Amino acid sequence: MARRPVTARSRFERLPIVHQLRQSVGLQRGMLVAGLVLTAIFVLCALLAPWLAPYSYSQLSDADGANFGAQQPPSAEHLLGTTVGGYDVLSRVIWGAQTALMVVVVAIAMSVVFGIVLGLVSGYLGGWVDKALVVVADAIYAFPTLLLAIVVAIAINNGQSGLWPGILAAAASITVVFIPQYFRVVRAEVVRVKSEAFVESAQVIGASTPRIMFRHVLRNSTRTLPLIVTLNASEAIATLAALGFLGFGIQPTVAAEWGFDLNKSISDVAAGIWWTAIPPGIAIVLTILGITLIGESLNDLADPRLRARRRSKASQTPADAVASHQPTAQEFMGEVQ
Amino acid sequence: MTESTRRARAQASTADTAGTGGGLAVEIRDLDISFSIDGGEVHAVRGVSLDVHPGEVLAIVGESGSGKTVTARSILGLLPETATTRGAVILDGTDVVGLSGERLREIRGTKAAMIFQEPSTALNPVFTVGWQLAEGLRAHGSYSKKQARAKAIEMLERVGIPEPARRVDDYPHQFSGGQKQRIVIAMALALDPSVLLADEPTTALDVTVQAEILDLLRRLRDETGTAIVLITHNMGVVADLADRVAVMLNGEVVETAPVAQLFAAPQHEYTKRLLAAVPRVQLVDRPLPASADATATPVVEAKGLVIEYPGRLGSPTFRAVHGIDFSIRPGEVLGLVGESGSGKTTIGRAIAGLTPVAGGSLRVLDTEMNGVRERAFRKRRRELGFVFQDPATSFNPLLTIAQCVAEPLIVHGGARDAADARDKVDELLEAVQLPKAYGDRFPHELSGGQRQRASLARALALDPKLLVADEPTSALDVSVQARVLDLFAELQDRFGFATLFITHDLAVVDMLAHRVIVLHKGRIAEEGPTAEVLGDPQDPYTRRLIASLPVPDPVVQAERREAWRAQQG
Repeated sequence: MARRPVTARSRFERLPIVHQLRQSVGLQRGMLVAGLVLTAIFVLCALLAPWLAPYSYSQLSDADGANFGAQQPPSAEHLLGTTVGGYDVLSRVIWGAQTALMVVVVAIAMSVVFGIVLGLVSGYLGGWVDKALVVVADAIYAFPTLLLAIVVAIAINNGQSGLWPGILAAAASITVVFIPQYFRVVRAEVVRVKSEAFVESAQVIGASTPRIMFRHVLRNSTRTLPLIVTLNASEAIATLAALGFLGFGIQPTVAAEWGFDLNKSISDVAAGIWWTAIPPGIAIVLTILGITLIGESLNDLADPRLRARRRSKASQTPADAVASHQPTAQEFMGEVQ
Repeated sequence: MTESTRRARAQASTADTAGTGGGLAVEIRDLDISFSIDGGEVHAVRGVSLDVHPGEVLAIVGESGSGKTVTARSILGLLPETATTRGAVILDGTDVVGLSGERLREIRGTKAAMIFQEPSTALNPVFTVGWQLAEGLRAHGSYSKKQARAKAIEMLERVGIPEPARRVDDYPHQFSGGQKQRIVIAMALALDPSVLLADEPTTALDVTVQAEILDLLRRLRDETGTAIVLITHNMGVVADLADRVAVMLNGEVVETAPVAQLFAAPQHEYTKRLLAAVPRVQLVDRPLPASADATATPVVEAKGLVIEYPGRLGSPTFRAVHGIDFSIRPGEVLGLVGESGSGKTTIGRAIAGLTPVAGGSLRVLDTEMNGVRERAFRKRRRELGFVFQDPATSFNPLLTIAQCVAEPLIVHGGARDAADARDKVDELLEAVQLPKAYGDRFPHELSGGQRQRASLARALALDPKLLVADEPTSALDVSVQARVLDLFAELQDRFGFATLFITHDLAVVDMLAHRVIVLHKGRIAEEGPTAEVLGDPQDPYTRRLIASLPVPDPVVQAERREAWRAQQG
């Protein structure tokens, strides 16, 4: 419910997340705050990785040239020990946040753009284009998502794996899975908005089809997208980790990747070496938890039926409440304007 | 009980304000209701006190948001969880305020029952009407299956459903809208409640059906002595059915009076304005403007016009308009009147090119619409304005009013963008009596009447030769409607555009139109100058339509009711 408050509130309070934070109460607020804190930590780690991490993700020896050694237990030099490949675990976890963030941003951006354009064209124009696109989207749904992601990853990186090819491959494979979701949501909204009177009104005025599509239909059809984006972001991280775990991710020499590290630590678990598996695992869990909490609370807050409300003590007259919400909803009689 | 004794009793009861509760069907004392919303609390009902006597029809009138529905619903405890209620609502000796679920459930149906506005949503589509009637009976007492069925048939017969023994097993979709409302009334009356709440019981119905339902309600009240609380915005319905009227404004009752007294001598300023704003049929003969002589080329000319809607797979196409002929001359206001399903909106949409023409010929602004290509017609669209029924949905919610009104100017090359068109937009807003500053507001920040005026400004932006107005005032409150219609008449006079004015309200047509076409089931029932058609109708359907229209005057309406009954046979 994005009603514009009339009282002079600062712009800051109207910013998307800030607005919801102020709106929330009780448990919903707790969830939202927890999600925001976890996600903020994740983003900060990603952005400040070069300064936060004690070593580089691909560093095998310290400045003196002495090797770290493999599977070293936590110590002063290596707070979380080293991996079987001789990398510093803490550094890999922090650098892994950066990889995850890049992949998520690229994947979401690509799927949102493609999904919206296809959904808009399909929903507004209808006809055989619509039918074909819907069938393709349904067909993609029928594939196991991970299998599809693997196929795309192989097709794109072809065995090569630099940083950007790796990230692009991972992002593209996630994109393919997500496009149908955005496509369907946008298409359904467009079909609904298409029959609204204001679209017909634009048709009667004689506006051209692209103008109606982009000026009148598009912006009215994307209201639910931010929620899906947050929920999908966590799914994207899970998919990326799964790809890495299965060996279709990014090589350790070009970037740190949580799933890859988890894969390499399988044998360590049996040998009683806990420090290689648990840190990347916790990183994955907390990141996904954080983003999901944000998504779920935004979802609840956006729905007036799910949103918890604070009872205010000061009662208002209907006129006051109307004035603060819909400035001129009540047109009083005789008032000449 | 005769009309006069009941009137006298109702009159006497208004004097009695002691509020003892003895013998009253409902007694509301100092009722305060507030709702918690995002911004705090709305005080929807403030210190309302009302009495309803047995066998009396109390009408609560007021504009949308005046608290009339909330007040009535509090009698049944039918308020959402966010509501806080203070005061007392004494229903047949029981205070309903603060009752728990189980006790409320016992009261609902037995002491008070409700009739809803939209009969098609009040009935469950997957059960037979007999089952639904029996459901209410079984909830409040021990009825065997057989007894419940017998009772259901009896109830259906009482509300005038033909062949009740057979139709008791029919599903809601097999009944017409009026019959469905009769069934809803039967369900409400099944347990002989002492009060019946009717929330806009006829608003969703056509005029002819409305007259039948009002007649039924009156008959049932006389037979059973049930008190009726009638919530409506239609002063004609009030004049027809009510004994006493309570006028609400902003959550307060500003005036309560017997119906004859209220219409004859309203006391409160608001009541006076409300009654003055109600459109009445006055039969003014409006001369056609000079531009509309018979030799001028008509802006719209239909010959044997047929419009069809394709059926779903396997079902035949639906013919909405059956080969009609009509024309609109330049500068003329043509009223198109009909009930729902008569095809009036379809014709308006076909003229605007929103619905394809299936057969015959429809020439709009020298373009043949039968088989027209959008590309060919787009150039002519600048000469055509369209005003939609619901002003709330006909504006893009994300654009400001100025941007919305500028759209036609931009599309037809007059302006590069909204800022460029702003001067012209300000001029247009001024023409529809909106302050310039409103251009920077968003549609939801305007009231219904203001939005509809902005909608007029948009339709007139390119100085069109033809305006199609599809029920432009039916979503508005009475007083707002009066102002929009006045404004419309003034603009039409000033700019001289031809108009197709589509409406179901005969009084509105009477205010504006030079000529009227009465549509009935996709065919023209009658056509002619407004005063002639409304004053001396020739066609039996037109006669029935005009006789069914409740007049906002209790004395005249009582006479008309007798005439209507005689006509019904």
